Amino acid sequence: MIAETGLAALWLAAALCGLQLVFGVMALRSDDSGVATAIRPVAVVQGILTALAFAMLIWLFLRTDLSVELVAANSHSAKPWLYKFAGTWGNHEGSMLLWVAILAASGSLVAIFERRLKEKTLIATLAAQSAIGLGFYAFLLFASNPFARLSPAATEGRGLNPLLQDPGLAFHPPTLYFGYVGISIAFSFAVGALITRDVGPVFARAMRPWILASWIFLTLGIAAGSYWAYYELGWGGWWFWDPVENASLMPWLAATALLHSVTVLATRDALRAWTIMLAVVAFSMSMVGTFLVRSGVLTSVHAFAVDPRRGTFILALLILYIGGALALYALRVGTVREGSRFEFMSREGALVVNNVLLSAILGIVLIGTLYPLGVEAVTGEQLSVGPPYFNATAGPLALLLVAAMAVGPLLRWRRDEWRNVLGRISLPALISSLALFALVMFASPIGILPMLGLILAAGVGAASLAPLWKRNLRRTPLFTYGMVIAHLGIAVSMAGMAFESAFSEEVLVAVRPGDTHQVGPYTVTFDSTRPVAGPNWTAVEAGLTVRRGEGEPSSLAPQARMFSSPQTETSEAAIRTAWNGQLYTVLGNGDGSGRWQLRLWWKPFVTLIWFGGILIAFGGLLSLVGRVRRERKSMERESWA
Amino acid sequence: MKAKHQRLTLAIIAVVAVFGAGILAVYGLRDNAALFRTPADIAAEPVPVGQAFRLGGMVAEGSIEEQADGITIRFMVQDAEAQVPVLYAGITPDLFAENSGVVAEGSLDTDGVFVAETILAKHDENYMPPELADVDMGRDISQ
Repeated sequence: MIAETGLAALWLAAALCGLQLVFGVMALRSDDSGVATAIRPVAVVQGILTALAFAMLIWLFLRTDLSVELVAANSHSAKPWLYKFAGTWGNHEGSMLLWVAILAASGSLVAIFERRLKEKTLIATLAAQSAIGLGFYAFLLFASNPFARLSPAATEGRGLNPLLQDPGLAFHPPTLYFGYVGISIAFSFAVGALITRDVGPVFARAMRPWILASWIFLTLGIAAGSYWAYYELGWGGWWFWDPVENASLMPWLAATALLHSVTVLATRDALRAWTIMLAVVAFSMSMVGTFLVRSGVLTSVHAFAVDPRRGTFILALLILYIGGALALYALRVGTVREGSRFEFMSREGALVVNNVLLSAILGIVLIGTLYPLGVEAVTGEQLSVGPPYFNATAGPLALLLVAAMAVGPLLRWRRDEWRNVLGRISLPALISSLALFALVMFASPIGILPMLGLILAAGVGAASLAPLWKRNLRRTPLFTYGMVIAHLGIAVSMAGMAFESAFSEEVLVAVRPGDTHQVGPYTVTFDSTRPVAGPNWTAVEAGLTVRRGEGEPSSLAPQARMFSSPQTETSEAAIRTAWNGQLYTVLGNGDGSGRWQLRLWWKPFVTLIWFGGILIAFGGLLSLVGRVRRERKSMERESWA
Repeated sequence: MKAKHQRLTLAIIAVVAVFGAGILAVYGLRDNAALFRTPADIAAEPVPVGQAFRLGGMVAEGSIEEQADGITIRFMVQDAEAQVPVLYAGITPDLFAENSGVVAEGSLDTDGVFVAETILAKHDENYMPPELADVDMGRDISQ
């Protein structure tokens, strides 16, 4: 009955979604206030029903109900409960249900909390959100039903890919999806505003918190995914320019650009048409990402389904929504009044630079990601585009962007003078020069990208704090702190990336018990191997004694694991984190005569990469709270007036 | 500057940026995209020394030799028509085995040996690198 309840809830939610669209169109065509007031509750109930359907699926997975096809294909009774729970979205159907549940939840949240937007625009927004919803409900119900029964029931499940059996599965996908799908709100706002021709500062202020919220989740989701890949794959890398990583990066780039352009729109009533365009692009990137990851055109640990029908279905939805939104944009953008104009040497001018660079990087990543698919479709030739391409093209632009980020926040709105700017930027510039001097004098020669990265990170770190200089810190608004911390996070993260690429040390050896090797500040001694067992795996575990300089020795135990269902081997890296970096150890294969392969890395300051990511998200959170509080205050003032 | 002109200027900047990114991307792709090749492709059309590409095929039976350093392995990648020797220093992926599909990233050295920097094998027993799906290995390797 659990599966049937879930399926019924899903069908009901789909029906309500259709109703929401009909109500929306009716309310926009006439001034029927009855229909207009009904649309909010419909959106809320729809959200509750999909949440119910999703809860039912979780329940099925927790019980390992093997009469459900999806559970039998992807779960196993011997799995620890955390992976039964998180395994709900560790497969195609479950992850699509999560996608739809978040889409519906986003619509509900808008229906409940959005009070700032004009009523008509809100109705158009909810109608647009339901139009997206309908397509994805259809995809779930007709092409990816998670609740399909299996008759007769299986006697045991086939298990979950061991690479996914990690606490990361409980955190990374839902966080990323909240960001990915949450940005649909910006899309719906943009469509709504195009329909009612209501593009202006009030609209921008209403849209901003929603963009911020999904952007925070997106940032956290990407950082979490990066760290997970880093420790789980045992390759010691934190970003591979893999198409699925790019699929999450592209919406982030677009959302980051949108976040900045919407600020220009809210503060100076400029960049109207551009902001709308970016909102459309941001969610389009989410859908492109969903297509890349979920259609089976790519093979990766993320691609569960290899069913061409599904790929075609998502592609059709993608073309329908992106094409529809762009057509609406083309029809209506002429009627969006010209925004205010501005000087280049101003905060808004700098934000235009930010947007241009982010868009260029987005274009480069998009081309590099789609190019192999295009070539294969046209010529049948298979090729791959990897780090050499992305580093060479996106890398320099990203550095330029970060340099612009140092200057932008120091500029005044409307108009500023070169001389004043030079004065404000002199201290960060000095710090960058010192970093350059230190690197040239004291460090071994390093590549040009990491070198520029380190120099910039030093200056930008200082510059990002500069907006607080000589200000009354208690009266500085929360969102200014948010900006400062987010920008500082970029500098911190970039410092981590540059340190790691420039100064990592790697040792790859075959060792016998008693052998000692030096990597970074650590000496690592290989003591022994022993067999260990977990709930659904057995492993060979290496006993390593690690010692930093003359410090106390301690032990690390990397494992080579063998999972029973499905039969797979994985390597579990053992990592020692110090204040200035990580020692990363991986156990390889044995040769049967007592010799084992051992891979050791010393990665200085690598943790800054993810710490920076957390800072960026925290800055976003402060901004969000600050903005919402200020909006609420100004609404209170208006209602008193 | 008139308002009209500013809008136009911004539009031009955007178009220039997009085209600039496109041109940069095309140049980058020309230099850096790695083609997928099978041993038969290499036999038919030799690849310049040092050019990065992906080599795919099956690990020939009995061909994996461990080198004395305990780290480097040498093996043959074959398809139905030809074989290419491969050298790889590192920990092989979990499902790397003889008579099993493999994709290696690297380049040829002057002796015609493919020096692999990365080796991709299967994620789990159901997974097969997509490029290998169409390669004729001379026998069924999906088992």
